Amino acid sequence: MGSQDHSYDGPILECRDLCISYFTRAGEIPAVIDFNMTLNQGGSIGLVGESGCGKSTVAMAIMRYLGGNGAIVRGQVLYKGRDMASLSEEELRQLRGNEIAMVYQEPMAALNPSMTLGRQLMEVPLCHEKISEAEARKRAMQILADVNLPDPERVMAAYPHQISGGQQQRVVIAMALLSNPSLLLLDEPTTALDVTVEAGIIELIGQIAKKFSTSMVYISHNLGLILETCDRVNVMYSGVVVESGTVTEVFDQMRHPYTKGLFGCIPLPGADKSARPLVPIRGQLPLPHQRPPGCYFAPRCDFFKQGLCDLEDLHMTSVPNQPGHDVRCRRWQEIDWSTYKPVGVGVGEVQAGEVVLSLNKMKKYYEITDNSIAAMIRGKRVRYVKANESISLEARASETVAIVGESGCGKSTFAKVLMGLETATDGEVMFNGKDISQEQVQKRSADQVGSMQMIFQNPFDTLNPSHSVGSQLARVIRKFGVETDGDKIEQRVMELLDLVKLPRDFARRRPRQLSGGQKQRVGIARAFAGNPSTVVADEPVSALDVSVQAAVTGLLMDIQKTYRTTLIFISHDLSLVRYLADRVVVMYLGRIVEQGTTDEVFAPPYHPYTEALLSAVPIADTSVERTRIILEGNLPSVTNPPSGCVFNTRCQRKIGAICETEVPPIFEPSEGHRIACHLSREEMLAMKPVISLAATPESPAAE
Amino acid sequence: MTDQVVAGVPRRESSLLRTVRGLALIRESAVGMIGLSLVLFWVLVAIFAPLLAPFPPNQTGLPLSPPGAVGLEGNVYWLGTDQLGRDTLSRIIYGSRQVLLYAPLATLCAYLVGIPMGLAAGYRRGLTDDILSFISNVILSFPVLVLYIIIIATIGASGSNIVIAVTFASAPGIMRIVRGLVLDLRNREYVFAAETRGESPWRIMLVEILPNARGPLIVDACLRLGYVVITIGTLGFLGLGLPPPDPDWGGMVSELRSFAIINPLLAVFPCIAISSLVLGFNLLADGLREVSLRD
Repeated sequence: MGSQDHSYDGPILECRDLCISYFTRAGEIPAVIDFNMTLNQGGSIGLVGESGCGKSTVAMAIMRYLGGNGAIVRGQVLYKGRDMASLSEEELRQLRGNEIAMVYQEPMAALNPSMTLGRQLMEVPLCHEKISEAEARKRAMQILADVNLPDPERVMAAYPHQISGGQQQRVVIAMALLSNPSLLLLDEPTTALDVTVEAGIIELIGQIAKKFSTSMVYISHNLGLILETCDRVNVMYSGVVVESGTVTEVFDQMRHPYTKGLFGCIPLPGADKSARPLVPIRGQLPLPHQRPPGCYFAPRCDFFKQGLCDLEDLHMTSVPNQPGHDVRCRRWQEIDWSTYKPVGVGVGEVQAGEVVLSLNKMKKYYEITDNSIAAMIRGKRVRYVKANESISLEARASETVAIVGESGCGKSTFAKVLMGLETATDGEVMFNGKDISQEQVQKRSADQVGSMQMIFQNPFDTLNPSHSVGSQLARVIRKFGVETDGDKIEQRVMELLDLVKLPRDFARRRPRQLSGGQKQRVGIARAFAGNPSTVVADEPVSALDVSVQAAVTGLLMDIQKTYRTTLIFISHDLSLVRYLADRVVVMYLGRIVEQGTTDEVFAPPYHPYTEALLSAVPIADTSVERTRIILEGNLPSVTNPPSGCVFNTRCQRKIGAICETEVPPIFEPSEGHRIACHLSREEMLAMKPVISLAATPESPAAE
Repeated sequence: MTDQVVAGVPRRESSLLRTVRGLALIRESAVGMIGLSLVLFWVLVAIFAPLLAPFPPNQTGLPLSPPGAVGLEGNVYWLGTDQLGRDTLSRIIYGSRQVLLYAPLATLCAYLVGIPMGLAAGYRRGLTDDILSFISNVILSFPVLVLYIIIIATIGASGSNIVIAVTFASAPGIMRIVRGLVLDLRNREYVFAAETRGESPWRIMLVEILPNARGPLIVDACLRLGYVVITIGTLGFLGLGLPPPDPDWGGMVSELRSFAIINPLLAVFPCIAISSLVLGFNLLADGLREVSLRD
């Protein structure tokens, strides 16, 4: 719409030898070093890497938005051939939002909560182009329809909090597209969203790229998403690009040990766990001021060679016969990947023991008292939030039971009832032969409490920043009465640190001196301090970087195997669950929709929700084919769940009125595999696997 | 800082030591350093009062001498004398002892009452919170000055009664701050972890939550110290402060104010003393806040 400059046909965006530093109390910290990138008209480049690798800094530098303490110290950013550094503030303002638009991770933070969405959308063209209100309104309505938002009229009149997270992100994308930008920067646009919602957004981004021929820079830590959205990819590690090339080159013929390692860390839901074990990358990301000389990946690399890899002046070298595929490694030509067999995380078969934990029709309702006058007149002051409805499941010794579901499915409430932070409304929770459903944690004996412990999600929140690691572990030991003598407690703390493979002097450290993965290891040590028979792990690795994730997962599984602990693994990551769980429970809106052994749940027949979940997981493997199922609509509210089958409002296999009126019966295709669905036996058995390998299609009965 | 991380072997250090180390960062804030020097100045003055003061505080001489007048024994009244002929400089110097004793003491007492209230209200919520918040709202709805006058008039003017009055009037404000901090901190996972191992509520509040709220509380304490200095001055001015003849900055302002016709300068000096100390505490608080916000 006029904003595109048609006379220019060179690359939209070019970064030449870009070096960006932050200046802090500790001195200059180089965040991005020697960054090169060329983005052509209509192209899309993915920047992938773990936290702290500088990918967001690049995006900020492109917008020239580095804040007070960041600066480009060397190199150039060329937008349509013009050096961004030469532009005045006024020209920059015109460029931002008009020609270059950005979509951030948190949609709620990007939208103004006190303005209607319509007003916010109309502002964009009103500000950048001189057009009438009516025209701006028309454009806003059109763009909302373009991002597949149902009922644009209603969205225009709504405030941000009145629509769901997925819809908010669509509005943000719509806003970015309004001025028809030449370049769209997407910084982790789906990280804050649930998988099924994410799938919808990813599909939308793909459509946009085609429809508007917008060039895109897509920033993500998730290789699977990059595969789906981009045609080129830059893999970043600790501020440098280690490998760049087309998506197929990098995904199928990766050359850099880090890229190889990164792929080894990602669990693939289609793969058989024993055929393709998880391979953690040892060590951790170096802090920016502690980077080793030469190759930054050297200390974690299996191919490190003294006197070669630690030499300075490491540059990108091109892979012959693959123009544009560059690797930053001195040894990539010498490495023979065919003989490289790294030791994977062993998830061997375990012999499940006796039933440790069994839930029978456990219910947890929260009361909400409505104090409004209207509610008092109607006499309906108390409403119930059915956080958990009739949960029945069993967990045996040394078994891993995964609870899977999206946000709001009642996973956390379930954990709270188990831990005794809440009491169940009804039903029983038998733990080691005793009903603990009504026992608050203070009423449980030290032994009971110690034998059921929890691992938390957020590594930055799981340890008290005010106390040393050792004193926090010692407290748990003393509290559970494992040891009472001072020296013995200290001894036990050391043993626990050994158990989670941390150096013993970590006992004296403060949590802030530890990395995320290390903190999570301490969290695991704390949970195992009282020799628990059951450990509830609430998304224990979801906040960690992929390379660390695999190592922490492996550690957890090892400890579990050694102690024959029952592990209740709460997660939204189906790929990971596939690797480590023996049994899977799929929850939706506080109800169990499917449960069975891992192989049963991951193979047809599926519950339609499981099917959708499986199809939504992004997979970083070009050889995997999957059926795409995009769920329509939003997650219903728990205060007012749909009648009949709770999934009926979004179900892709809904068969009719029966879904809305009757609670679905349990279909049991095999002993212990239960699916709550109205679909007939024939329809169930006719289901096709969602994920299959293109070369060798997986047999439907994954036994 | 960098060296310490590179060295890799952390020293065992107590929570207190770390707090002190954190506070030492004040040297990076110019404003904070000015504040700190002002406060330190008065602390040193108070400690070395007998050495610094040219006269004993209650020794009488020439009444209402102008600043710089020479006394009977050849001593100079640098800041003049009051209506009884007592040296203003000496009285200011000795008066700093009173202020620097009662202001921190009163603030400390206010915190000792306010913190447990705030912890209980923020952590337990529900009825406890409703009751405590109601009480604090009632107290806070009184005009502070009226409250002080009522309290002091009821229990009498003395140093310890000032402490009681300040505690009564300030604790609700402290409670609110603590409550706000606790409401945020109680949702941290380490608090859940403590709950899941069955720790008692008071242990969770005092050991798990309170140490993590210390940053904002230290800043608030500095600001509040300044307010308490003003309060003590105001009470002295109203005649509700320390009983005479002990030197009291507020009382001095009040006495010398009546003689402003003779020499308006006389009342200015104790005012400067009060405001410089208050300014010192405020700048120190600003500096601490500035340093704590930086990374």
